[in-house]
Amino acid sequence: MNIIELIDNMRAGKEAALARLISLAERNDPQLSDVMQNIQPQLGNAYTIGITGPPGAGKSSLTNQLTQQLRQQGYTVGIIAIDPSSPFTGGAVLGDRVRMEDHYLDPGVFIRSMASRGSHGGLARAAKDAIKILDASGKDFILVETVGVGQTELDVMQTVDTVAVVLVPEGGDAIQMLKAGLMEIADLFVVNKADRDGAPQIVSALKSILHLKYTTSGNITKRESAGDEVWEVPVVATQGISGEGVGEMLARINRHREFIQASGELEHRRKQRRREDLLSQLQYLMRETLEQACEESDDIHTLVNRVVAGDDASHAVIGKLLPLTLDYMQNQSKKL
Amino acid sequence: MQRKIRVLIAKPGLDGHDKGAKVLVNVLRDAGMEVIYTGLHQTAEMVARAAVQEDVDIVGLSYLSGAHIGLTQEVINALKEAGADHMKVIVGGNIPERDFSQLDTMGVAAIFAGGSSYDDIIGTFNDLVAA
Ligand code: B12
Ligand SMILES: Nc1nc2c(ncn2[C@@H]2O[C@H](COP(=O)(O)OP(=O)(O)O)[C@@H](O)[C@H]2O)c(=O)[nH]1
Ligand SMILES: [Mg+2]
Repeated sequence: MNIIELIDNMRAGKEAALARLISLAERNDPQLSDVMQNIQPQLGNAYTIGITGPPGAGKSSLTNQLTQQLRQQGYTVGIIAIDPSSPFTGGAVLGDRVRMEDHYLDPGVFIRSMASRGSHGGLARAAKDAIKILDASGKDFILVETVGVGQTELDVMQTVDTVAVVLVPEGGDAIQMLKAGLMEIADLFVVNKADRDGAPQIVSALKSILHLKYTTSGNITKRESAGDEVWEVPVVATQGISGEGVGEMLARINRHREFIQASGELEHRRKQRRREDLLSQLQYLMRETLEQACEESDDIHTLVNRVVAGDDASHAVIGKLLPLTLDYMQNQSKKL
Repeated sequence: MQRKIRVLIAKPGLDGHDKGAKVLVNVLRDAGMEVIYTGLHQTAEMVARAAVQEDVDIVGLSYLSGAHIGLTQEVINALKEAGADHMKVIVGGNIPERDFSQLDTMGVAAIFAGGSSYDDIIGTFNDLVAA
């Protein structure tokens, strides 16, 4: 089946076509660039929500509950659930789906599991493309679940409109997660497992950390401000199994959406994201080509080795190396 | 690079024995496959829909309850209905030898009764996808 037919079938609601297109993205198929260019005019209608946090925090359960609420309001939902690949075997157990069983037969919900597949921004690219494909398929909301560790997962979170960071009362790891960089990406904090001891304490601890931040204005990130207004990151307590608090969570997400829509931040983020996306893809390709140049071009290899051996300062060879590598890249690009 | 094999492991019907399915999921993961587990108590429609959405190469059905004949036929029908009859269906668990030929006739690609070796299972999965 050709790409145009596949896209038409997807737009007509054929799930097999939608699933196949996501597979092309996952495999970085040669036809992918045609696919992405063809769906480009159909993008931008879905609202994307990221759910991240440590393993076992209840992200899948909350995704399930959010989906429930969105469906009750009549919206269609696409879900991308990402689990880590084993760094040793490359295999993965993709188990998020089990918590979303309520929606297995709902025609308005499409669930896709993805493995992080380790290295070099591969996941980030495939997940971003998968989000776009779901958008083009006409889903109203796209929920993206990732495990909140590792740079690629943070990259994925940079590509959604609203990010919810899920934490749990146990073991003070909430504070660890904040240190690990999740603070910077959160538009909303969710303290899940609110049925457990220590939940109210974590909620108030988070609130006071945030309050401190907003009262010392130097710390407000660009993410949170739009013109004169500031989005004060809210903290919501939830229970992933019963659904308690999830209505509140969705209300906060919707309020964030309205905030960034009204302030122009949403459009700004989306533009910024497209630019980042493009540049990081270019950078990735260039880096690959550069590695190849070091292997294949004797001149480049020799210069690089002088630096590797400690004989020359990098500063001293750059002048010669730059034109050589640019030449090499130009020759390579003719082959593309 | 070799294409990643994607597998769905499902437990159709009312059978609550999930120990074997969970062991199998980890065995396949350790063999480098991406394994999606659906959970217990799946209807044929649920299995087929998950298989389509996940665009898997292989649908593995695990039974210890004895209901494998009827349920496997239902899953195969549902896959056909969903336009996914290219996916290979593999059956395993507590499957008596007398039922093998009937499952074969339905179009099941391989059968693994309890006690099958993991090397056999992994080898068959790899071969079926490579074929
Ligand atoms: C443990 C067990 C239980 C546990 C289950 C715990 C759990 N969460 O899994 C408990 C105590 C809950 C239980 C309950 C019952 N059990 Co029970 N149970 C067993 C027992 C002793 C072992 C099963 C097991 O876990 N084996 C270990 C795992 C690792 O091996 P496995 O399941 O065979 O899986 C391996 C392979 O078969 C293969 N495999 C499995 N699936 C697949 C799929 C594919 C695609 C592939 C490639 C390979 C593959 O790979 C797996 C990993 O090595 C068996 C007897 C037996 N020896 O099989 C009875 C048995 C399965 N139970 C039986 C019965 C009757 C019941 C009950 C109805 C009893 C009752 N009256 O209450 C209930 C029903 C529960 C339910 N809701 O379905 C009968 C089933 C008879 C039948 N076929 O009709 C058996 C056979 C016992 C018997 N001889 O009577 N049971
Ligand atoms: N006590 C309690 N357990 C929960 C809650 N939410 C989820 N769980 C359980 O926590 C475990 C992990 O949930 P899951 O959604 O898979 O977490 P994930 O790894 O972050 O996706 C499961 O056993 C859930 O049933 C909750 O609010 N309270
Ligand atoms: Mg999960």
